[in-house]
Parts: sequence; structure tokens; C-alpha cells
Amino acid sequence: MQTTELLQIALYFGLLIILTPLIGGFMAKIFTGEKTWLTPVLTPVEGFIYKLSGVDDREEMSWKQYACALLVFNLLGFLAVFILMLTQAALPLNPQGVTGTSVLLALNTAVSFMTNTNWQAYSGEAALSYLTQMVGLGVQNFVSAATGIAVMVALARGIARKQGTSVGNFWVDLTRSTLYILLPLSLLLAIILISQGVVQSFGSYVQTTTLEGRSQMIPLGAAASQIAIKQLGTNGGGFFGVNSAHPFENPTPFSNFLQVFSILMLPAALTYTYGKIVGSVKQGWTLFAAMLVVLLIVLGVSLWSETQYNSVLQTAHQMEGKEQRFGVANSMLWGMTTTVASNGSVNAMHDSFSPLAGGMAMLNMMLGEVIFGGVGAGMYGMLMFVVITVFIAGLMVGRTPEYLGKKIEAFEVQMAMVAILAPSAVILIGTMIAVLIPQGLSSLNNQGPHGFSEILYAFTSAAGNNGSAFGGLTVDTPFYNIALSLGMLIGRFGVILPALAIAGSLVGKKYTPPSLGTFPTDKPLFVVLLLAVIGIVGALTFFPALSLGPIVEHLLMNSGKIF
Amino acid sequence: MLSQSQSLFDPTITRRAVVDAFSKLNPLVQLKNPVMFIVAVGAVLSTMTVLRDVASGTFSGFTLQITLWLWFTVLFANFAEAIAEGRGKAQADTLRKTRSGSTARLLTQYPSLTEHRVVAAELKVGDVVLCEAGDNIPGDGEVIQGIASVNESAITGESAPVIREAGGDRSAVTGGTQVISDCIYVRITSEQGDSFLDRMIALVEGAQRQKTPNEIALSILLAALSIVFLLAVVTLKGFAYYSEIASGLTNSLLSIPVLIALLVCLIPTTIGGLLSAIGISGMDRLIQRNVIATSGRAVEAAGDVDVLLLDKTGTITFGNRMASEFIPANGVDAKRLAEAAQRSSLADETPEGRSIVVLAKELFGIRGHENTEHQTTFIPFTAQTRMSGVDVGIRSIRKGAADAVIKLVESYGSVFPADVKRAVEDIAKTGGTPLVVAEIVENKAVVLGVIHLKDVVKGGIKERFAELRKAGIRTVMITGDNPLTAAAIAAEAGVDDYIAEATPEIKLKRIRDEQAQGHLVAMVGDGTNDAPALAQADVGVAMNSGTQAAREAGNMVDLDNNPTKLLEVVEIGKQLLMTRGSLTTFSIANDVAKYFAIIPAIFATLYATNGTGALSALNIMRLATPESAILSAIIFNALIIVALIPLALRGVAYKPLPASTLLWKNFLLYGVGGIIVPFVGIKLIDMLVVVLHLV
Repeated sequence: MQTTELLQIALYFGLLIILTPLIGGFMAKIFTGEKTWLTPVLTPVEGFIYKLSGVDDREEMSWKQYACALLVFNLLGFLAVFILMLTQAALPLNPQGVTGTSVLLALNTAVSFMTNTNWQAYSGEAALSYLTQMVGLGVQNFVSAATGIAVMVALARGIARKQGTSVGNFWVDLTRSTLYILLPLSLLLAIILISQGVVQSFGSYVQTTTLEGRSQMIPLGAAASQIAIKQLGTNGGGFFGVNSAHPFENPTPFSNFLQVFSILMLPAALTYTYGKIVGSVKQGWTLFAAMLVVLLIVLGVSLWSETQYNSVLQTAHQMEGKEQRFGVANSMLWGMTTTVASNGSVNAMHDSFSPLAGGMAMLNMMLGEVIFGGVGAGMYGMLMFVVITVFIAGLMVGRTPEYLGKKIEAFEVQMAMVAILAPSAVILIGTMIAVLIPQGLSSLNNQGPHGFSEILYAFTSAAGNNGSAFGGLTVDTPFYNIALSLGMLIGRFGVILPALAIAGSLVGKKYTPPSLGTFPTDKPLFVVLLLAVIGIVGALTFFPALSLGPIVEHLLMNSGKIF
Repeated sequence: MLSQSQSLFDPTITRRAVVDAFSKLNPLVQLKNPVMFIVAVGAVLSTMTVLRDVASGTFSGFTLQITLWLWFTVLFANFAEAIAEGRGKAQADTLRKTRSGSTARLLTQYPSLTEHRVVAAELKVGDVVLCEAGDNIPGDGEVIQGIASVNESAITGESAPVIREAGGDRSAVTGGTQVISDCIYVRITSEQGDSFLDRMIALVEGAQRQKTPNEIALSILLAALSIVFLLAVVTLKGFAYYSEIASGLTNSLLSIPVLIALLVCLIPTTIGGLLSAIGISGMDRLIQRNVIATSGRAVEAAGDVDVLLLDKTGTITFGNRMASEFIPANGVDAKRLAEAAQRSSLADETPEGRSIVVLAKELFGIRGHENTEHQTTFIPFTAQTRMSGVDVGIRSIRKGAADAVIKLVESYGSVFPADVKRAVEDIAKTGGTPLVVAEIVENKAVVLGVIHLKDVVKGGIKERFAELRKAGIRTVMITGDNPLTAAAIAAEAGVDDYIAEATPEIKLKRIRDEQAQGHLVAMVGDGTNDAPALAQADVGVAMNSGTQAAREAGNMVDLDNNPTKLLEVVEIGKQLLMTRGSLTTFSIANDVAKYFAIIPAIFATLYATNGTGALSALNIMRLATPESAILSAIIFNALIIVALIPLALRGVAYKPLPASTLLWKNFLLYGVGGIIVPFVGIKLIDMLVVVLHLV
């Protein structure tokens, strides 16, 4: 690896550590109702929105009301995208005259964008009108991210509040996340991206003649505005089919750095926001540290694997599937951050990664998307593991387990295990069915362990609400459209509902002030314990599956066999 | 006899436990423990495979061995539970003997004394019985008339008799105890079968054992983990099928017994098998210390307690005030004061009086009998004079409260010396009790000086409190003393806080306040007026000598009547929780090694080049053959349960340390140890399996 590449990675993490408290602190203020520099500008807008929609922003909700509001809102979002996709041919802003999609593709895509997954069984430039992209997908990119943040904030309140009954107001949390955080940051990022050459246009596609004298269609569209939120909201759904590998979506090394940084910026900052809300910044930094350690490990392994001499390709510089303007290090940095963070955008093809690097990408998602994870989703997912860690290890200090003064009892353990179990079940059962039936196998372009990896990756990506694809698998089929839709729904709401239930249960509990006898959850040892639980409960479950996919492929590749 | 300690594996108990291990194979019993139930189902399935193989002539010794070890795993877990229960049963048998076949002298028309002999079992609540020296008390009750000494060794193991009398805080008697002297009339207060002794037997035996909240939560976690691993193993069969075809294999790599072996190795059988044994033995450890908890919940709460309300008397100080110093008045020889003080106290049988005699002897070598040569008359203490003393010939000695003595000397026209007054004030300021000694010879009163009486704090208690503080537990001293006295003793004993002039209402309020702030409170009490506070406290330890009301209100009873026991109760609670957490951690950490033993083994021939499967590279323990690897893992998994039974019964070592220190210790021991031990263990077993040609 070159020094410049190392420096860039160092710059990346340095900036992440610096910006986490700044942005995280800002977000905490938004949710605790403190004044920020945006307050004078946006409060009237916020008030107008509540007035228009008839929301009483002082009303507090129980966890069940909160969950109901969330489900209703998400259902409406689903319907909007679903209907737009079916009817786009008859609607405006369709200069290319694309037709309506199939019902199953519309179902899959609507679920995908509602759940912040952005799994794409279509190619944007070929299948969707500008209207569908903007009003359908663009809007969901904002509100699905805001939904994740809202759930995390509700859970943090459940932990922080002392013997309360309510966890906040979903409509307020949703509005504030969108208005104060996602919109301003996206606007800023979109403008910078446009300056780098990302397209932003309502014009129709341009037909040109190439140097070879052949005719080529060059797609356009309102890409920059969508790309900004797709990165910031850990959505990941590309405007164009090849996502951020496309030169119009990610033209320069600078735009690449900005985009790859945007993937982790909010999830990382939310650890600090969490710390602020629960009243101890150290608690937030502890979780940040645990996440950072895992990311550095998987990044290290994938970089090592990518730079090993490959006896089959006879090179140690594997550029297959990667963009020349980004190189190996930037492709790995992106590949790892996008999979830990439930983002799913790509700037290189994961299918072409060395087997171990591809395996790391899968492992990142199998951990439950809790290493930074989706905006909000990563934090509430991580807190499920925290509950389990506190329960197991907390007993070792001779007290019944408690986290931040709240007792962790049967109900919390049950819910946390449901949240951990749900996505795991999707991955394991979904993959098993797909590798056993012809409808699953017929979509494969590769055989052997690599084919197995393609299917395993698809279900892992759906369950983790990641949305990236390994490639090599034809997924716009009835089986995969339905199976993966189901997987995305379980992976999303199978975690959100238990998380909110825990928030509701914890908020009513008595607060025990910390003493010397309290299990410390803000020390390095807690990071170790948490990682051990994530490793053994989260990752080891997939050890057999990974053995039959990337691990055996890696071992076979070393003996000269490829698939 | 409860207090007799048993060795961990008493032969009688062990024999009974072996039998019980088999009778617990009953599916209804197994169902209560989801983890072990999965193992049992696996063992049944595996047995069916063996039988089918025998029928079809494809019998394999390997499959049979796996099946046997699966059964051993179930039996070992049953054995662990049975042996924990067995210790309780043995104690219950001892208790039951005290109750058998006693008769009662029923007074049907009390207070008339016509007596009927009836069988004790026929007594009803409200019946009055007569118990004379030599009689067994037929049931729990309250003394309504008389006073007697009672031998309660049947339940307490303490052979010294105790006094039981009508009225006051010592009126409760327990069925099965024996009157040694005098006679009492007892009103029966509990139904037969629901007496204290009955409930004790039930508790000790574990008959009514219900899972505690934390145990339930842990069971849920273990069940959920089992589901995770069940999913991993079941889907693996599908993954393997795909991979077999992809690598051109025609035979199936995963037989049912092998899949079950993998599953059983991964699910948390170690903690699943030992969980109930840990709970039972936690109760048992309390019983060994003569404390009976009415529920396992109380033992758990004891571990959580972070505030201890401790009665000063008996817990922090010895019951009584003792003389600690003679302060003579100006111009008076200290020895003269001591001699007079001792002389006036010779007939004083109160502990204070005795302590004055002892102090005089210790400091000045004055022996009591030297003083008894003259004609002496002892003047006892009365509430009116508030003084006591002695008249020896023409010499009168009086000792008493300062104001009483002032009045006395002034009545003789003498002046109370200013330096003595100062000494009195100084003593009062430090929480002591000043006793002024005056001598009257020929109508002339002389103040000799002051005796300093003070509460003596028990040795070692300050250090004990300091340890508790390190473990995050606050101690609050409760005393009826005035604030001054209380503050002085509190400082000397090193408690964190104190309540002076405590009344039952103040105690109750303090408990509620602490609880409102999120603290868990433990306290000790004996009197009826303690009952509300005992009921309110999260852990209320009633003294067995206390009233029935107090015993009903608390959730533990200390048979030894030793208030200091509360500290041990807290430690046992913590130890119970720590044992559970440590073994859970150990059990889960074990999985790492088991994956590395079994996964390479079952896929040994997958994607093979030159006969070696690609995944053999994962066989980092270098286990001999796939069969030996699987067998070693399952043998290790079964044996580790047996190996940990002593730890489950004894509990992990507990020292009062800050949580972070404890965590590091237990993490290294059971977490890191839990990862390393199975790697070593499985490798050793594998070597043994090869040497013995088991596969």
C-alpha cells in the first residue's frame, strides 16, 4: 500500500473522531429541545409543519403509541413508492418515457426504500422516472433515515428518563431529524458534489457518438441531491445502476472521500448524541470505541487480503471490479464502511473482492449492522447487544444486571434476543431455502462456494437493511423479490419493535444511582466484553456458513482453484 | 444440627443423587429446563439412529459413542441438580424427626385448666396448650401466660436454652422445640402443615422452589441462544447439501448424530445443566449459616442490596455499655475513686456494674473480696433516686447520673466540683455515659470523680464496613441514643450514616426514602414494632427469638439471632449471582473452541484436493481424525458439567471489592479461561481417544 493511501485512511478516522462530538452534540441539542444556531431559521418552518399536519408537539407518547405512529407512517411511505412505480408512465417528469415496473419489483423496491435498505433489483437509469426517483425514493431516503434516528432517540430516552411513562413524540422526532439534521447537511453535500461534476439535471438523456463511432446514450438526472442523502442517511441506493462507481455519481477522488466519509459521519456522531441524552458522554465514546475497533480489524484484514500475491491472477494488485480513479485502498475503505454502516452504496464490485475481503463485508452485515450501522439503527441495534452483555457479564460483579441504573430483567433480555435473532433467522433460513430450490439456484452466475456467497450475501444484505449486492445474482425474479422483501421487513421491524418495547419497559423502571458496586459500562473492559458477546453470539453463529462460502473459497484460491 | 457442615460429596447424598439423576429423565421434569430438554431430545433421536443402524446392519461404534455421551450429558446435569437438592433433603430429614408423633395437652376451656391429651396434628389455630418442663411444644404459637426456658436446638442447633415469656418481644415459640423448665400456656397461631417448621422443611428441601426473577431471565437468554444455535445447525444441513453437490460428493457429510453433537456442543449446556444447582446451593449456603430464606428472590435481592440498616446494639457494639475510664476529681487519688466505684458495684449484677468491677481490677489490681470485710448494705438503683450504692459501716458510697448526685451533695451542703462537671460534660459530648461517684462520711459529701461508661464497638467491625464501602454498600446505624452519642459511635464504628433516637416510624420512613432514591435496603429486626420496616425492606432478616409478627414480616429468619449475620447474607446473595454470571460466561466462551473442533471435522472431505479437504486448515488443534474431533468435543462438553459441580455448589469466591476489580478477576478467570480451557481439554481428550482406539 502506498503512503498516501495510509495517510488518507488516517485522515478519514481522524476527521471522524473530531467531528463526532461536534455533530453529535448538535444533534443531542435538537432532541433535547435546546437552542442551536439553526433554531431561529427553522422553528417557524417546524411550527408550520405541525400546524399543517395537526400534530401537537408537546404530546408525549407511550412506546406503543410511538410504535403505532411509526408503523402507520412507514406504511404510507411504502404505498407512495409502490404506486409511483406502477404508475410512473402516466406521471410527469419522465423524459425518457420509462414504463411502470412489475408489481413484484415495485413491492421489493418500496419495501427496500421504506426500510432504509435500498436493495436495488433494478437499474435506476433504465427503470425509473425522475419523479419516482425524487418524490418516491428521495423522500424515503430522508424519512427512513429519520425513522431510525427517532427510534434510537426514543430508546435513549427510555434509558435516561426516571420512572416515566412516555418515550417522546414520533412526529416531532421525525420532523426534527429531517429538518434540522438531514436536510441542511444534504444540501451542503449536494452543492459540493455538484462542484465536483456530479450531475443534477432534469434534462433528458444525451445521445452521443463515441470515438469508435458508435452511438451511446448518456443518462442524466437529479443525481447530486439524491446521492447526498443516500450517503448521509445510510441508504445507499444509487441513482445509477453501478452506484458510486459511476463517474457521474462519484467523479473525483475528492467526491469519493466526501461520500465515503458521509457514510459514517452520522452513525458515528449518534454515539455521542446517545451519550449526551443518557447523561454520560463516556457511555457514548465507549460504544464508539467498540465500533471503531471492529471496523479497524475488518479493514485491516481486507486490505491485507487484497494486497496478498494471488497465485491465480499472478499479481498482488487486484484491480478487477475496481475503479482506476479510486484504487485498492479506497475501494476497501468504502467496501468496509458501507457494509458496517448498513449503507450499501458501492464504489467497487464486492463480487470481485478477494474472498476474505468479501467475507469481511458479509461478516460486517451479519454482526447485525451494529458497527456504526444505519443512522439510528446501528445505535439501537448495538444497544441490544449491550443489554445482553450487561446481563451476562453484569452478573459477574454479584448484582442483578443493570445498565445506566435501570435493571435488565427477563423482558429486556427476551426483546433483545428477539432483535438479535430476527435478522439471523432471515439470513440462515433464507439462504438455506435459496440453495435448496431451483428458483434460488437458477439466478446464480457462479457455482461452488462463490455461488453460495452470492446467495448468502443477498439475504445478509436484506436482513441487515444494508442494500449492497455482491453481484452475480439475478435478483429481479419472483422468488428473490418476495423472499428479500420479507427479509428486509423482518430485519427492520424485527429490531425496531423490540427496541421500542425495551424503551417502554426501561422508562418505567426505578433508577438505581451508581455506586462502587455497579457494573461499569464506560471502561475499556466493557468494550472487550461487548465485542466478545458480539463475536460469540453474533458472528460465530455464521461461522459454519462463512466456512462454506468465503473461507473455503479463500483456501481453495490459495491452492489455485477459483470459481 | 443444621449448622453441621457437610462435605461436598457425602456418600449417602451422592448415592441418592445418582438414583435421582435417572428418575429425572422423566420428560415432564426435563421440560422445565429448555437447554437440557434439547439435549434429551437429541439423545433420543440419536438412539433411534443407532437402533435403525443395528437393524439395517450398518452399526457404527462412533454413532453409539456419541449417543452414549449425549445421554451422559443429560444425566450429569440431572446429577448436579439432584446432589444440590440432596443436601437440602438430608437436612429436611433431620428436621422432620423432631416433629414426629408428639402429643399436646389441650386446654379446651382456658383459663380453666381441664386438660385433654390430643395428637399434635389435630390442633387448630386459637387452641391453647399447656407445656411443662420436658414437654415438646406442639406447634407454632404465642406464650400467653408464664415464662419458661426452651431448648430450640432442634431448629437452631444452638444448645443454650432461651427464655420465652408472655408479652413483649420474646413471646413466640416454635413447634418442635422443648420446654426445659417452668411452664407456659401457648396459643397456637398456625395450622398444622403450615407451621414454621413445616415451611422450613419445605424450603430446605426445595419442594416449593420457584425460579427467581434473575433465573427466569437467564433461562430466557439460554433458551434464545439455543434457538440461535438450533437455527445455525439446522440450516447447516441445507448449506452442506449445496456444498456436497458443488464439490462433487455423493455421500452426505452430516449424519443426524453428528448434527446433534454439534448442536449440543454449541448450546449452553454447561450453565443450562448447572443453573438450578447453583440456585439451590445458594439457599443451602444460607441454611448452613442458620439463615432460612423464605424465597430465592430474597437471596437475589440480598446481592443487590446497597444500603444496610444495622441496629447498633448487638451488631455494631456489644450489647451493653462498659466502664472505660475513671476520672478522679481534683485532689482525689484515682485508685480511691476506683476502689469506691468497685465497692459500690459489687452487688450490681448489670453488665455496666460488672464492667466497673473488672476495670478497677484491671487498672489498679483491686480485688472485690478485699472490700467485703465490713458490714455492708447494698442500695439498689431505683427510678426515683437514679442512684445506687453501698453503705459500709459509717461510709456511704453513691454512684449515679450527674444531676442526681449534684442534688445529693448539695443536700449535704457541699459544692459539686467544677472540674467534675467539666468531665461529665466532656463524656456526654463524646457519646459516653458519665456516672458520678460520691462518698458520704459523717454527713460530709465528697465527690470522688466520674466513671466513663461507653459503648464498645466490636473488634473488626470498622474494617468490615470499610470493605463493604469498597463494594459499594452503605451502612446506616440505627440507635435509640441521642444524636450526640450516636454520632460518636458512628464515627468510631465507621458507618456511613446513622439514625439517632430511632423509632419504628423513622426506620420505616428511612427505608422508603432510600428505596425512592433507587436503593435496595436490608435490615435486621426482632420486635413486633420492627415488622412494618422488615416488610418494607428489600431484605428483612428477622431474629428467630423475635416475635411471630417480625418473623412473618421478614423474608429471612436467622436462627442464631445474630444481627451481624446480615453481612454474610449479603455476601451469599452476591456470590450466588456471581456464580451464575461466571458459569454463563464460561459456558458461552467455550463455544469458540468447539466450533474449531467440529466444523473442520464435518467438512473434512469437502472440496478435497489430493484427499485433503480445503477446510482442514481450520483444524488448528490438529485433532487426529474427524471422528475423534467430534467425539472429543462432545466428551469435553459432558465432562465439564461434572467438573464444575463443586464450583456450582460452593459458589465462586467472593471478596468485597469494587465492581470493576471483581469484573476483571472473573473476566480473566471465566471469560478468557473459558476460551482457553476447551482448546486444551479437547486436544487432551482427542489424544486419549486415539490412544484408547475409541474411533
